[in-house]
Amino acid sequence: MSGEVLLYIGTAILLFPLLSFVINLFFGKRIGKASSIVATSILGVVLILSFIIFYSKVFGHFENKLVQNGNILLEVSDKILQIKFTWLDLQTIQLKVGIGIDNLAAIMLVVVALISFLVHLFSIEYMSGDPRYSRYFAYLGLFTFSMNGIVLANNFLFMYIFWELVGISSYLLIGFWYEKKSASDAGKKAFLVNRVGDLGFFIGIMILYFSYGTLLFDDIFGSIAQGRLPFDSETILTLAGIFVFCGAIGKSAQFPLHVWLPDAMEGPTPVSALIHAATMVAAGVYLTARVYAMFTASALSFIASIGAITAFLAATIALTQVDFKRVLAYSTVSQLGYMIMSLGVGAYTMGFFHLVTHAWFKAALFLASGSVIHAMHHAAHHLGDHHTDPQDIRNMGGLRKTMPWTYRTFLFVTLAICGVPLTSGFLSKDGILAGTLAYAQLTGGWHWLIPIAGFASAGLTAFYMFRLLILSFHGEPKTNVAKHTKENNWIILLPLFVLSILSFWFFYSPNPLDAHQGWFPKAIVQPKSVVPDEQQWEFLLINGYNQNEHTFQQVEHASHHYINGFEEAMHHAHYPAMILSLLIAGTGILFAFLFYQFKILNPDTIVNQFPLLYKVSYKKWYFDEIYNATVVAATVGFAKISALFDLKIIDGLVNGSAWVARNLGYFIGHFDNIVIDGLVNLIANLTGFFGSMVRYLQTGRVQTYVAFAIVGLILLVYFLF
Amino acid sequence: MGVGLTNYIVLSAILFGLGIFAIITRKNAILVLMGVELILNSANINFVAFAKFNKLNIEGHIAAIFVIMLAAIEVAVALAIVLNIYQNYKHINVDEIDSLKE
Repeated sequence: MSGEVLLYIGTAILLFPLLSFVINLFFGKRIGKASSIVATSILGVVLILSFIIFYSKVFGHFENKLVQNGNILLEVSDKILQIKFTWLDLQTIQLKVGIGIDNLAAIMLVVVALISFLVHLFSIEYMSGDPRYSRYFAYLGLFTFSMNGIVLANNFLFMYIFWELVGISSYLLIGFWYEKKSASDAGKKAFLVNRVGDLGFFIGIMILYFSYGTLLFDDIFGSIAQGRLPFDSETILTLAGIFVFCGAIGKSAQFPLHVWLPDAMEGPTPVSALIHAATMVAAGVYLTARVYAMFTASALSFIASIGAITAFLAATIALTQVDFKRVLAYSTVSQLGYMIMSLGVGAYTMGFFHLVTHAWFKAALFLASGSVIHAMHHAAHHLGDHHTDPQDIRNMGGLRKTMPWTYRTFLFVTLAICGVPLTSGFLSKDGILAGTLAYAQLTGGWHWLIPIAGFASAGLTAFYMFRLLILSFHGEPKTNVAKHTKENNWIILLPLFVLSILSFWFFYSPNPLDAHQGWFPKAIVQPKSVVPDEQQWEFLLINGYNQNEHTFQQVEHASHHYINGFEEAMHHAHYPAMILSLLIAGTGILFAFLFYQFKILNPDTIVNQFPLLYKVSYKKWYFDEIYNATVVAATVGFAKISALFDLKIIDGLVNGSAWVARNLGYFIGHFDNIVIDGLVNLIANLTGFFGSMVRYLQTGRVQTYVAFAIVGLILLVYFLF
Repeated sequence: MGVGLTNYIVLSAILFGLGIFAIITRKNAILVLMGVELILNSANINFVAFAKFNKLNIEGHIAAIFVIMLAAIEVAVALAIVLNIYQNYKHINVDEIDSLKE
């Protein structure tokens, strides 16, 4: 399919979910139950279109073409299909925007569309009976629209607009059951914490716009490549990269702004699967990958450190949580940390690969948890039990018997997230760990902490995921509610099956042990860094490799030799990393079984031995408490001082000036009443007097007027001639 | 002595005067309308006369035909107005219709 047609399809993909939003928002109440059908079928169309784009872009070949049509510039090449046009032209300020589809976007479109479609499908059943049923589907439509906007943006302006739009849809959906205080609070928290990150993102954009006068990725990267740096300083370039990355810290819930994501679990579970597991939180990773070319070595080190800290921290917290969804939420944070770390160390392809594989299995995990919670909720409702928390894993157990299909899918995707061979999770995770090892070998020093954090998190992940699995699905039912759960119907199970099947290795690589033999590394190739060579890791420089000319076929030929030193080191680190990660994950799984299945070891003794460690993990490293004591308290305190300042000084000034104005007004009023009004009245009276004289001429009879007209005519003729 | 331009103009002037007289003095709206017709026709006579005796050739005739057409239209509109006046006031005496003054 030609590039233009694909761009039209891309626009359609962008706008169709908006249509779903508009229909459900304005006509949702009227069409009632049908709103879910409307939304799901629109998403079905979007899904098909996304597959078309994915297939044509990733596996197709495009003739280079550049068409200037008036204001619109159309660019078609193997690298990217894009449209650019001037959106705002104020002579001095010219904002160019557009949409672009490269392999990154094409793959991301499928991820978003497929998960969004499956979540729509799942929600038909899960949300049935909700009083705001159509509103829910409207929000999902808004979210899908904004997410596609992020994916398709080829400039910072669209990126930022849609970035905020996914923020608002996330806010609306977290607080969807706003009658519950915890839900509305969680929505606000997510919104405010994201704001902190977005502020950094905005500063980054402003630095770039101020330096280059454009917001198009191509133009900015082109200028940097030519050696034009913001404020002529490499430091500012690094800073600009870090500021832009701040947006990703907020949206992808990285340390230190990870605190909102676990609270976001207050939203409906399908929403957690769509937004807070698979797509929106991955937007930060997507952004980092999108602007990857502009990160300097220092910025990349920063990114890698943040990712490693997040991965480890969140994994330790997930060990002790008892809420089914919260364990998954911390696991999401940890896996996002993995992706960010991977990008930071230079394993660009593997970071994005993990985003895709993680999207499938994490969405499956969340939808499975939705299936469990749905069943628990119905059982509790059936028994008239309103005290048992349907999300607490201490109330579950034995669900393997009552919900066999949910159990099987959950088991398989758990294996995927733990990185067991034959799953997609193994391919991507192994690649990332190999990347961190290669990075540490090449840089040395404290950078060895990064692979250590990565491997430690891999072990912890295996442990806490199997702890969750065993506590909720194995053993005997711990409550009456768990005993009476029933398997859900096919609308709930179908999305689970689809997503689990996608976690098999053969979708990505013919060799279940090596992702490099698959199509993915050929489709997603690390972009050539545009920063000055001395500011980049030497091993990341791509020598003799012209990115503009890369085609899918060429890369296939080039797969035997490496594009840079990092690639080579990563290839050598592949087997050590694989063996190590398998050992560590196996140990994690083994310990989970020893603790919770066979009860050979007792978790309580460990807790009693290390009460401090347990407390720190259970209390989530006291982040919420620390933030409440520092940032929140400082903000509230500052607000109080501002309020006092307002009340006393500003209000005093205002009241004082009001007093002066009032008295002045009093005098002016008198002047007005007597002098000005007198004059005005005089004029009015005079006019009235003359008017009353003249009105006698107005008889209202047509004939009188005709007579006047004729007399006038005669006079006119007389005086003129 | 043949019939010259002057004769036509005088006839036209007389017709015009009669028309004005009718418009100003008649009470009945129909008669007022007839006065208007007289004025229009006096103008027509002028057009045709100037076409015949002066340099206003075919244009004069065309103008006269236009005026006749306009007169027909004007009568249609005016009679509709008169009919409406009759329905409202039950008479068509123009000197008693002075609500325009209000």
